[in-house]
Amino acid sequence: MDALLLSRLQFAMASMFHFLFVPLTLGLVILVAIFELLYIRTGDEDYKTAAKFWGKLFLINFALGVVTGITLEFQFGTNWRYYSEFMGDIFGSLLAIEATLAFFLESTFIAVWFFGWDKLSKKMHNLAIWLVALGSNISAFWILTANAWMQHPVGYRINEELGRAELTNFWAVVTNSYAFHELLHTLSASYVLAGFFVLGVSAYHLLRKSHVDFFKKSFRVGAVWTAFWTIFLIIHSHFQASDVAEKQPEKLAAMEAIWETQEGAPWVVFAIVDEANERNVAEILPIPKALSLLSYHDPNAPVKGLKEWPRDERPPVAVTFYSFRLMVFIGLWLLFMAIWAYVKRNEPENHPRLLRLLLWTIPLPYLAIQFGWLVTEMGRQPWIVYRIMRVSEAVSPVPVSFIWVSFISLLVLYAILGAVDFYLLAKNAKLGPDAVK
Amino acid sequence: MEGNIFQVIWFVLWGLLWAMYFVLDGFDLGVGMLLPFTAKEEKERKLAYAAVGPFWDANEVWLITAGGATFAAFPRTYAVMFSALYLPLMLILIALIIRGVALEFRNKVESETWRRVWDWLFFIGSFVPPFLLGVAFGNIFKGIPIDADGIFQGSILSLFNIYGILTGILFILFFLVHGAIWLAIRLPDKSLKEKYASLASKLWWGELVVAVIFLIATFIFTDLWNNYFRYVWLWIIPILTVVSLLLIPYFLKQGSYWKAWFASAGTIFFATFFGIGGLYPRMFPSSIDPSYSLTIFNSSSSLLTLKIMTLVVVIFVPIVLAYTFWVYRTFGTEMAPTEEY
Repeated sequence: MDALLLSRLQFAMASMFHFLFVPLTLGLVILVAIFELLYIRTGDEDYKTAAKFWGKLFLINFALGVVTGITLEFQFGTNWRYYSEFMGDIFGSLLAIEATLAFFLESTFIAVWFFGWDKLSKKMHNLAIWLVALGSNISAFWILTANAWMQHPVGYRINEELGRAELTNFWAVVTNSYAFHELLHTLSASYVLAGFFVLGVSAYHLLRKSHVDFFKKSFRVGAVWTAFWTIFLIIHSHFQASDVAEKQPEKLAAMEAIWETQEGAPWVVFAIVDEANERNVAEILPIPKALSLLSYHDPNAPVKGLKEWPRDERPPVAVTFYSFRLMVFIGLWLLFMAIWAYVKRNEPENHPRLLRLLLWTIPLPYLAIQFGWLVTEMGRQPWIVYRIMRVSEAVSPVPVSFIWVSFISLLVLYAILGAVDFYLLAKNAKLGPDAVK
Repeated sequence: MEGNIFQVIWFVLWGLLWAMYFVLDGFDLGVGMLLPFTAKEEKERKLAYAAVGPFWDANEVWLITAGGATFAAFPRTYAVMFSALYLPLMLILIALIIRGVALEFRNKVESETWRRVWDWLFFIGSFVPPFLLGVAFGNIFKGIPIDADGIFQGSILSLFNIYGILTGILFILFFLVHGAIWLAIRLPDKSLKEKYASLASKLWWGELVVAVIFLIATFIFTDLWNNYFRYVWLWIIPILTVVSLLLIPYFLKQGSYWKAWFASAGTIFFATFFGIGGLYPRMFPSSIDPSYSLTIFNSSSSLLTLKIMTLVVVIFVPIVLAYTFWVYRTFGTEMAPTEEY
């Protein structure tokens, strides 16, 4: 394997592992803050225990998100040297701003919250966790602005003499509409994931009739929250996809496995892609004109097929197509479950089938989010910066043996840490409120 | 590219971020290195973990910010430095990951073996980063074998030369003293406080001896002193380093642990700036040919980016410092005997 492929694998592994922990952080922190706020408003001790219980699960998850994030920031330099040189003027500043505005805030105030139960007033203590929520969500804004720049570069010029991209309009970079959609999509998906986490863990206890009153309260808050964000997510997804159709038509073509340009293109529910022969072997349930309508709000709009682009400018089709389909199917399942849970939110303990399905739904948002990032990043290939720089031009001149060493070490380390973290999360989730008394 | 004042400002800020990182994470890393050897009883260990519990995570953010600032203000230095020092950097990152999870996981399972394993991982995760950062900075002071394209031409083992190892040992001793004083501040019991204060005093002798050897070796192996002979006013930095260093045992003897901690912080802070002052205007000197060196003038971002970043720093770093100060005031006090992390 060459340095390029290995570096790509390492980056994919490190960022996908990191993103197992980030969405729960982003969403659960707000739910913890809400539980504590409910405690202050109502004086109900159960809400205080809920803040502590969900807060403990939050912390177990947060730790791994933090430590695996550092590797990502440094990997741009270690493995993608020419990218860093070419792009640092814009991309580097976004990362530095993220650290200054967001990381200090969340890392400082999570400790204040954890250690501050007896040292701060109730309101100050609640403020601490809201600041953590603010910090982690601000962090999402800056890192997605950086990612969006790789997808849809704006506000720059190419300095030929120095061979690099330079910032010309900072305002354009931070108001990039591509980033706006990525932010709404990522945040709402993270809130949905955290909502199903709360619903699933609550369902586990309700099924066993343990701490029923306590988990009914968590369930009710979780059900309202999850229903709201799932509906928001599904509706917004449509606008994001049509933004992608406009800004990255070859990504859309790969997401939909469209080979030939056509007017009034259908939306196929599923297909079997034959990438080598540039065709789909089978297309199941095509919905007439749906793709044109969804993408361009016009049933007869032309949708460009992959053959419009030379082979070396196309993203990999199969992985992008299947990932997108799986994400969409999971999303629809989540919508169904979210509405069901919302309807039964006042007496969930009487609906064991709902509870069992909710328990088994916990991993699905995780999968959907990973598939979503696969679509975003594989769909950008072969470019590291869309139509400006190729991934193959970006890789560091580092011996392959070094990358093997780091890749294997990180893989083994992450596998162990992931297993330990899962064990601790499951153990404490099963303990229920006893874990924090 | 013509030089501008913002490049100089960002070079100083770059040094400041590294110095803040060493000062703040230094004591956590020091505690992690001391813990398995000095705290034999479980009660004392729990207290030692709790002593750094509220701080380590935010302290590590200074490292991320130092890395981010290098990327933002001097992207070519970031790109060349991080790819040239690939393996040592990866090792530092892996060690920091292990350190962070050790703190978080250790007290989550009631088992003696579980705790023992994490204690040793905590030690490794606290020892490797300062040592390798020391080795890396020592080699940067000496010059790194990079060619005209910034490609590393040496062998990784060549980084472990006498001067690199010496700098690594100096970092270790800085942080050991710093961590011991921190424990003297925070541990609840008078006998524990005195134990760590006297340990800090003993380690201080090691710190003093290695610091003196380092200053002489720097004269022999590097040209860092040249700037000090050229600009006499820069002597304020080594003088402040030495004064801070000499104040540590004085305050320890008085029992003023906070003052001793600030003296130790001053030592680390000014020692960092001694290196930064000697490097100027270079950031990553080449030992093959001085003209291959990366300097603040040939590796910086555009003027617009530097200006925007300056604005961000001027507004937000004081806010960060203010709440960090508040957290240390509120939580950096003597602990209750039952405190746990």
